[in-house]
Amino acid sequence: MKYLDEFRNGEIAQSLAREIRRLTTRPWKIMEVCGGQTHSIVRNGIDQLLPPEIEMIHGPGCPVCVTPLAIIDQALAIAGQPGVIFCSFGDMLRVPGSDKDLFRIRGEGGDVRIVYSPLDAVHIASQHPEKQVVFFGVGFETTAPANAMAVHVARQQGLKNFSALISHVLVPPAIAAIMQSPRNSIQAFLAAGHVCSVMGYKQYPPLAEHFHVPIIVTGFEPLDILEGIRRAVQQLETGEARADNAYERIVTLEGNLPAQKLLEQVFEVVDRAWRGIGVIPASGWRLRHEYRDFDAEHRFRVTDIHTVESPLCHSGEVLQGILKPNQCPAFGEACTPRKPLGATMVSSEGACAAYYNYGRFISADQLTHA
Amino acid sequence: MPEPPDFSNWSCPLPLRDYPTIAMGHGGGGKLSAELIEHLFLPAFRNDALANLGDASIVPLTGERLAFSTDSFVVRPLFFPGGSIGDLAVNGTVNDLAVSGARPVYLSVGMILEEGFPIASLARIADDMAKAARSAGVQIVTGDTKVVERGHGDGCYINTSGIGLVTHAQEIGPTHAQVGDAVIVSGTLGDHGTAIMSVREGLEFQTTIRSDTAALNVLIEHVLQAGNSAVHVMRDPTRGGIASSLNEIATASKVGVVLEEKSLPVRAEVRAACELLGLDPVYVANEGKVLVFVAGSRAQGVLEAMRAHPLGRDSVVIGKVSDQHPGMVVAHTMIGATRVIPMQIGEQLPRIC
Repeated sequence: MKYLDEFRNGEIAQSLAREIRRLTTRPWKIMEVCGGQTHSIVRNGIDQLLPPEIEMIHGPGCPVCVTPLAIIDQALAIAGQPGVIFCSFGDMLRVPGSDKDLFRIRGEGGDVRIVYSPLDAVHIASQHPEKQVVFFGVGFETTAPANAMAVHVARQQGLKNFSALISHVLVPPAIAAIMQSPRNSIQAFLAAGHVCSVMGYKQYPPLAEHFHVPIIVTGFEPLDILEGIRRAVQQLETGEARADNAYERIVTLEGNLPAQKLLEQVFEVVDRAWRGIGVIPASGWRLRHEYRDFDAEHRFRVTDIHTVESPLCHSGEVLQGILKPNQCPAFGEACTPRKPLGATMVSSEGACAAYYNYGRFISADQLTHA
Repeated sequence: MPEPPDFSNWSCPLPLRDYPTIAMGHGGGGKLSAELIEHLFLPAFRNDALANLGDASIVPLTGERLAFSTDSFVVRPLFFPGGSIGDLAVNGTVNDLAVSGARPVYLSVGMILEEGFPIASLARIADDMAKAARSAGVQIVTGDTKVVERGHGDGCYINTSGIGLVTHAQEIGPTHAQVGDAVIVSGTLGDHGTAIMSVREGLEFQTTIRSDTAALNVLIEHVLQAGNSAVHVMRDPTRGGIASSLNEIATASKVGVVLEEKSLPVRAEVRAACELLGLDPVYVANEGKVLVFVAGSRAQGVLEAMRAHPLGRDSVVIGKVSDQHPGMVVAHTMIGATRVIPMQIGEQLPRIC
């Protein structure tokens, strides 16, 4: 298939891997920020091609994983109310709240629907004026324009029965927070290509300079990721620390300007709690005051949320790259995709689920000899 | 308050305790379905014929060997590109019998209809069933109809059961895979599941993909003629896709299965749809494909026989059986690494971005 097969070519992958082995003289820790990249690394076995000195650390870029528990519990409380149609992206349905998930709400009779686009939720609202339709708008900068557009369109149409439960998070503040952490060991970042397709990468040169860390804008196919790693290693070995764009077919410095304009119009920056990590200053978006009528938090005023995280779940350390999923004592034992303790075991982009689903309860070494 | 259910007498109650109520995944053909069978139905119904856990049971009856199978159909929408619930209901049971090595002969049909369901739609379904039965060479010899109140069903549910004759002495079934077997699939993966998704409410996308629903009994006769006793396992990889079928076979036969990712036949349109939705074609349903495990030395002959039949034109060897990692399915990836293809947990969920 065009634009995919070219970037999955086995021979080119092998030659990129050889080049990375040739460049590497000592150990380096590189974080891929985005869960989509983690998924691709584990699914394709990209880490099996790397020299032992290169350690890939899986970052916090899984929207499902970092959505705070209090928001999930709010979603569950709203979705369980009579007269509500609760619309969500598919992989949010299995994320455990304090005591249940959206699937359970559906099993108990709640009207919970999977949609592929937030605009589908707006359409459902216009078809069901007698119901309150709520869209669960989570994610990074990638999903934000569509979510902003949904709210914008709902206001244009004058819909009184549509609202969005918004919990957006932003990548650059997370990179800064990781670099400022006293336990940080990350030496280079593969930045999330699709986030940059929206936002550009103009925010990264100052970050790279300030923290003296290479940041490579990277795509998601095997060759994209290997090329991102190659460029990171090249900088690391020569002591450079620049922002570089290895996903030029999609990403420009400025990004998608009309989308950014809409985001600016609909959202404002707030401090945001990241599940498993804690509050990161100025790391999220919420609806601006002008859009308050479409804010589900405001409309439903759910209070009395008492969150309870599983004491066995180490997803925070996994999200910060301190712990590999299969180093968690609960991994594959108390915690599996069937019965996840934390959100990282739920989404296909969550590091724990990626490890579990692609069999990383056995070592990569065993796999190589399979 | 009713007493909570007491699972203490079941063989291993733990997995069921995680889900005190039925979830969609219990019908998904993945791990949850398997647990329901292992921990609830098998302990309740246990007997020798059931223990085989094949698509059909082979039972002796006054000197004959009969294959007996049943399947229920709850597809939505009822009509989709390439077929209808009527085609599925006939072909599904015909195929379950055929992959057990039997020649399908008779079917029963149970209809559960919802009050208000259009007679015209029912007539269309019945017509599809009649055509499918004729083309598969089976007869529908008994039936039943029940109607439930509006709101208590989804238009039309169908159950079919089927009887087939086993006229050879070969043992074919999920426990019989052997090290050295080649794994053949009769054509492209994921056509049915993708066709259904393309017309499902909330997800309509324009495509030319059609369901592959078809009766495989004649193709399978060709397989048996060409492969004879070298054919060890056959399976029609329906819900849960080839990943679920291969995992079941690897577990039941205590062998490893190694796939070559680049050999997996997937239509470009299906690949594109799966890429967009974040799904993996190995988990997407087929309704007209058969997986064949045949001794490596006889694989070429079986492959040629399959390719000579219209439904097997795109047959290809996708992997082999290994003595490594028993119970597991692994794939050599496009870039020359290895990944595990596990049993699916519940339903595949489309991801956020």
